[in-house]
Amino acid sequence: MNFVLKKLGTLLLTLLILSFVAYAAFEMVGDPVNQILGTNASPEDVAALRESLGLNKPLLVRYLRWLTGFISGDLGDSYIYRIPVSGMIGDKLGVTVFLTLMGFALTLLFSVPLGVYGARREGSWADRLLTVVNQIVMAVPAFFVAILLMVLFGVVLRLFTPGSFVPFEESPGAFLLYMIFPALSIAVPRTAMTAKMLRSSILGEMQQDYVRTAYSRGHNRQSALKAHAFKNALLPVISFMASTMAEMLAGCIVIEQIFSIPGIGRLLMVSISNRDIPVVEAIVMILAVWVMLVHFLGEVVGEMLDPRRRA
Amino acid sequence: MKKRIPALLLAAVLLLTLTACGEGGNKPTSATKPSTGADARKEANEIYVGIAQDLSSSLGPYQLSTAGTREVMFNVFEGLYKADRTGDFKPALATGYTVSDDGLTYTFTLREGVKFHNGAVMTAQDVIYSYNTCASSSVDSSIKKILENVTGIKEDGGKVVMTLAQPNSDFIAYVGSVYISPAAYTDQDTQPVGTGPFKFESRTVQDNIVLSRFDDYWGDKAGLSKVTFKIFENATALVTALDAGALDLVAHLSISQVGGLSKDYQVLEGSMNLVQALYLNHEVTPLNDIRVRRALCYAVDVDAMLTLTAEGHGHKLGSSIYPSFQKYFDESLVNAYPHDEAKAKELLAAAGYANGFDLTITVPGNYTPHVDTAMVLAEQLKAVGIRATVQEVEWNTWLTDVYQGHKFQATVCGFDASTLTAAALLGRYESTSSKNMCSYKSVQFDAFMQEAASITDDARRTELYKAAAKCLSDDAVNVYLQDLADFVAIRSTLKGYEFYPIYVMDLSKVTY
Repeated sequence: MNFVLKKLGTLLLTLLILSFVAYAAFEMVGDPVNQILGTNASPEDVAALRESLGLNKPLLVRYLRWLTGFISGDLGDSYIYRIPVSGMIGDKLGVTVFLTLMGFALTLLFSVPLGVYGARREGSWADRLLTVVNQIVMAVPAFFVAILLMVLFGVVLRLFTPGSFVPFEESPGAFLLYMIFPALSIAVPRTAMTAKMLRSSILGEMQQDYVRTAYSRGHNRQSALKAHAFKNALLPVISFMASTMAEMLAGCIVIEQIFSIPGIGRLLMVSISNRDIPVVEAIVMILAVWVMLVHFLGEVVGEMLDPRRRA
Repeated sequence: MKKRIPALLLAAVLLLTLTACGEGGNKPTSATKPSTGADARKEANEIYVGIAQDLSSSLGPYQLSTAGTREVMFNVFEGLYKADRTGDFKPALATGYTVSDDGLTYTFTLREGVKFHNGAVMTAQDVIYSYNTCASSSVDSSIKKILENVTGIKEDGGKVVMTLAQPNSDFIAYVGSVYISPAAYTDQDTQPVGTGPFKFESRTVQDNIVLSRFDDYWGDKAGLSKVTFKIFENATALVTALDAGALDLVAHLSISQVGGLSKDYQVLEGSMNLVQALYLNHEVTPLNDIRVRRALCYAVDVDAMLTLTAEGHGHKLGSSIYPSFQKYFDESLVNAYPHDEAKAKELLAAAGYANGFDLTITVPGNYTPHVDTAMVLAEQLKAVGIRATVQEVEWNTWLTDVYQGHKFQATVCGFDASTLTAAALLGRYESTSSKNMCSYKSVQFDAFMQEAASITDDARRTELYKAAAKCLSDDAVNVYLQDLADFVAIRSTLKGYEFYPIYVMDLSKVTY
């Protein structure tokens, strides 16, 4: 319990520091007024808008006002659109989380069988081929996979139409079909990494004394792997999966651009170039909370599986 | 039992993925043609238009701060007069006007039975309200300035009478930019209401804007029932969506972007109506020296630049007026500074820069054509010994530092005209203008501009504006380059798209 409280304290403190750094950083790179008014505005218009957005108040005052609002659940209004930020993020967050979870599910689906297969057939030609392919795929960034998939399945094979995202409420089938390809693009590099990691983790466990004991009790390689080594080999993989989960959400920022998916990643990019600080702040905080939560969960699951870490 | 749970989970995920894939696999095979929804859109008489950025936060008639917003809302709002594709102003919500001999009193006869999109019938009161609201709240400082000159506006037997303090024969052009809004309608920002051929349906911020045909339009009704503008901030995503058939019309493309399009599209060429130049800061040495500026003009080979950046497409300028603005465009200025490296070197030597100098060209990195142009210019300037480096900055930084802060040596960008008037393009060079980014100061130029603004004789006025444009060329204020070619990709089954001499996208005549 003490441990959880301590963790929670660290979490809040980190979020607080992060919120200030993000707020101050965007403050330093220019104000949004020019962006809003364009090149035909007079200096008086610029001054008036700055006044109405409260931009001539000191940084700390604005930050504290924003922070108190944030804590009470009010994410503030967008500078650019003058509408509540929560409304702008609402549905988009759902889309991004869905994309992340789908990418995660696909990663699990492919990496576990591949990793186990590689370990079981260590040294075989299939294993070697897998290793080479893994190495190559790992080196390819997700955005490149995204472009390849889009051109191949979208433009050449026409299995889907890039740029024609359909919201879930409109047609769940079309939504799912569209999301498969972006999910695949974030899943492919991570699948390669996870499979490689699982394979070497299993092989490491297979060297352990308890596996030799299992052999002496009549297990063969396959059954020793299945009954003993696999579960233990999963431990490092689980904490890796937690970081995968965190990284995938961040990966969505780029993938959403390429596939034109209305998620928070795309919103974040546009808001940064628009100097829409309240929106940027809110999304940065959401990403931060997500990353920390996922790591926290990873630790909890790790402890549940490994009694040694419970102490 | 314990072991079965992961297996079951795995099976469930697999099943889910397979069903999703299955759906995808079936669709294209069952249809003979790839299903992009294009046929469905044709059936429904609607189109999808791809645009590169979201519209301004407010869609209100006097808050249209970006060219991209004006372009779309041109279909929704109208003024008493309206530009046609040749740049002439034709009666719209007014049927005509008379002007007093001293040029100070304009009397507009309003068109009868014009309906707003909310069903209300337009009255003289709406017109008066619109002019007053525009005068007090417009984001366009040039329109505000013109309306300050309107000292009185009143109704007279169903007609609207406007009194000017100073005569201004460009007045009708500005009348075309003051959109008429229903009096006391307060939701213009989010639910814009005008009288145009299309009415506003809905907007999803950063995703789309939907317009639909206004069936009670006073003029020729629009051909399409519905137009959806879809926002693609990422240029690659925009072109891919077009390639894949998800869009029916995209404007403002470059030659390389339209190069590989399928036969489903036809490509139309117009121009951007922008003055693209290497803009120079006259506050910094050595650019304050006219010999150096002229040397730059001679050193740059615009034809070679067009060939390199746009396969030769684009129109050469010579001054701050673009060619489609025929009334004021002076063909003779185009070759005022023919490419001549020897002459450039001579001028540089005379100014004391025989060994050249270092020049930083700051460009907004989000505008690829400007970046490309700057790269070519930097290469060309090397030939006369000028060591130019291209510095890409973000758009907002450009606005703050370069445009407003004057913290630059040279920059490549393009200026458009917010109204179809010479003043909209030339006004920024008056020494008192807050938009005078180059800090150009010329008594002669100011005198031409002031006289032009205060007389009624249109021929003399045109002469004066042409003389002012010639000043910009004679003083080598900037290295004038081109009005960029504007390529529009439109589905081959569509017709009726027309180019305008201002930055608008008229969809009312587009039909299947």
